[in-house]
Amino acid sequence: MLGGSAATLVLASTLAACGGGGGGSGAPVLNWYINPDSGGQAEIAARCSEASNGAYTIEVAQLPRDSPAQREQLIRRLAANDESIDLMSLDVVFPPEFAQAGFLAPVPEDVAQEVSEGVFEGALDSATWNGELVAVPFWANTQLLWYRQSVAEAAGLDMTQPVTWDQLIEAAESQDVLLSAQGRRSESLMVWFNALLESAGGQYIEESGESPEEIQFGLSTPEADRASEVMAAVANSSAVGAGFTTASEDTSATEFESDDAGFMVNWPFVYAQAVSKVEAGTLDQSVPDDYGWALYPAVDEGTPSAPPLGGIDIAVSAFSRNVDLAYEAVTCIVQDENQADYMVTNGNPASSIAVYDDPEVREAYPMADTIRESLELAASRPLTAYYSEVLGSFLREFHPPGSVNDQTGERTETLTKAVLTGEQLL
Amino acid sequence: MSQTTLPPVEKTRPVSAPRGTISDRSRAERKLGWMLAGPAFVVMLLVTAYPILQAVWYSLFNYRLTDPENRTFEGLGNYAVILTDWVWWQAIIVTVVITVVTVAVELVLGFALALVMAKALSSIRPVVRAAILIPYAVITVVSAFAWQFAFRIDTGFVNNWFAWLPGVSDTTDWFGGQASSLFVICLAEIWKTTPFISLLLLAGLAQVPEVLQEAAKVDGATWWQRMWRVTIPNMKAAIMVALLFRTLDAFRIFDSIFVMTAGANNTESVSFLAYRQTISRVEIGLGSAVSVLLFLSVVLIAFGFIKGFRVDLAQARGER
Repeated sequence: MLGGSAATLVLASTLAACGGGGGGSGAPVLNWYINPDSGGQAEIAARCSEASNGAYTIEVAQLPRDSPAQREQLIRRLAANDESIDLMSLDVVFPPEFAQAGFLAPVPEDVAQEVSEGVFEGALDSATWNGELVAVPFWANTQLLWYRQSVAEAAGLDMTQPVTWDQLIEAAESQDVLLSAQGRRSESLMVWFNALLESAGGQYIEESGESPEEIQFGLSTPEADRASEVMAAVANSSAVGAGFTTASEDTSATEFESDDAGFMVNWPFVYAQAVSKVEAGTLDQSVPDDYGWALYPAVDEGTPSAPPLGGIDIAVSAFSRNVDLAYEAVTCIVQDENQADYMVTNGNPASSIAVYDDPEVREAYPMADTIRESLELAASRPLTAYYSEVLGSFLREFHPPGSVNDQTGERTETLTKAVLTGEQLL
Repeated sequence: MSQTTLPPVEKTRPVSAPRGTISDRSRAERKLGWMLAGPAFVVMLLVTAYPILQAVWYSLFNYRLTDPENRTFEGLGNYAVILTDWVWWQAIIVTVVITVVTVAVELVLGFALALVMAKALSSIRPVVRAAILIPYAVITVVSAFAWQFAFRIDTGFVNNWFAWLPGVSDTTDWFGGQASSLFVICLAEIWKTTPFISLLLLAGLAQVPEVLQEAAKVDGATWWQRMWRVTIPNMKAAIMVALLFRTLDAFRIFDSIFVMTAGANNTESVSFLAYRQTISRVEIGLGSAVSVLLFLSVVLIAFGFIKGFRVDLAQARGER
């Protein structure tokens, strides 16, 4: 009996997976491969399916939790010309690679125009490759500088003015509190370094080319040296937690809820998390009440803040049997109402500027204006079709962050080039 | 002269089973054997030989999954890149260290557990066996996460429990360095796979004839002497098979490293390197070459065991 129902289940899900063509009388099914969230994308899918009046039905399929694993699954399926993928939620660093490989269906002119209006420039950049929009920005993330108001006050830091990393180290050390950042060997280390480099006035990739040999890196520069110096200064200061080389965004968020909390750079989810912990009764209301937020710290006084940019773009597979319908669905998904709703219910900031004036958004996010300002300044991570190699080489040299010095950038550049030309392993 | 007394051909022929004199019955048995095992053999060839050959073929190319048009023949170029790269040798050293440490500890522990299982009171024997086997039933990824949570600086309890040990304190970051990370990885592996070795050794223990033990006892041998002179020599085949299987397994370690450190602090194993090239970088050519080298290492280990220690798989099954 059990075996029978299991077989039926398998059969049913196989049929669902093959439903892209939409056989029979039902509406064509569009399969949307999503990154895991709190159910927001599934809800948007249902809403857009209904709004299409039977033109299409969107079904969501969940990808693995972390973005490299999402990419690995999608890229292997697309390399095998998998027709069952119509829409994909892609992390902002991946569209160039997918586009270069020919995995993305070209964005129709009218759609490109419609979805580009009123969108943060950084978010649009991340979805653009070789001068053309290849994916559609859905939500855009950015890191803020979070601080405990009580600590900043005691340290005499004026948080209404831009602050530098050196000031933060000094303030945290003097108050004997934690300065939380992400020192783990993962994407988050690149997020941090790239923000430092951009603030110092440098660029990770100065010129990207078609072939790996043509890529010009900006790592043997004084700007990169300055960024490395700041990174090492933070990692070696007494203000970071004991497990800094393994600290992730979640580690930082937990540290920031503790009594030792002082300063932290992190994504806005930390606020929603603290609020929900208060609702669950595991955190005192006084903790989130003490939270303050400001723009991401700068490398030096007078240099601009260059906050990290994250988020998700929606791409349409080149192998989809319903490309036109898929783009119709995308334009529905990224509508302002959906983005606003998604921001309130799932905690992911919108890529559309207008959403930040939505009353509901402003109520849920007292820092909405700071997020908007941060997204206006936000700098993309290196956009390249070889992101996996670039990131892997970076992590090999830049982890642990405490051992980074003025040679690290140059070594990374040499290693990345050797890896890209197939002369070295990674 | 010797040639006249014994013809040279005679020397090479085993006396007990001369060639060409197979009886009808054993010929029929052999035929039946092939008919029974044949289909499985063909399936095995299809599912193992084909991918291996395909990997060997791909390893000769510069082939990126996202750029199939620019596939170029490289000959042995990929192997040259790998074998001249310190990253590869670093991974080999880490893998060998993990293999030697875990297999050595598991052998001693596994033997002790096998003795416990064999000698436990018959009333509690099923419970003891089940308890010992539980870790082996746990999925490696799950066990890796469990050990990681235990040792992590934020969620872990290990620092708290063992703070009285020198070198351990509230702020010990186990995954912050190579040696301490490898220590936790080895610990997780040992915990998880010792039951496997003890199970194989238990089967070996059962093969030691009771009469030998009794004879040794009558001769006044101590427990220790019986262990060294009677039990262990008689189960050498089982020990060697257990060692061989575990060594081959340990050499391919991946899950624990992937979950616990993701290769940070130079804890990458050879399998991890193959994963990074093939799956993350989608460099099928280079990745296949790493996989082929890993395969050759495993073949070398198996060959070394079988020839060097004269492990006889048939003997371990009790066929001879």
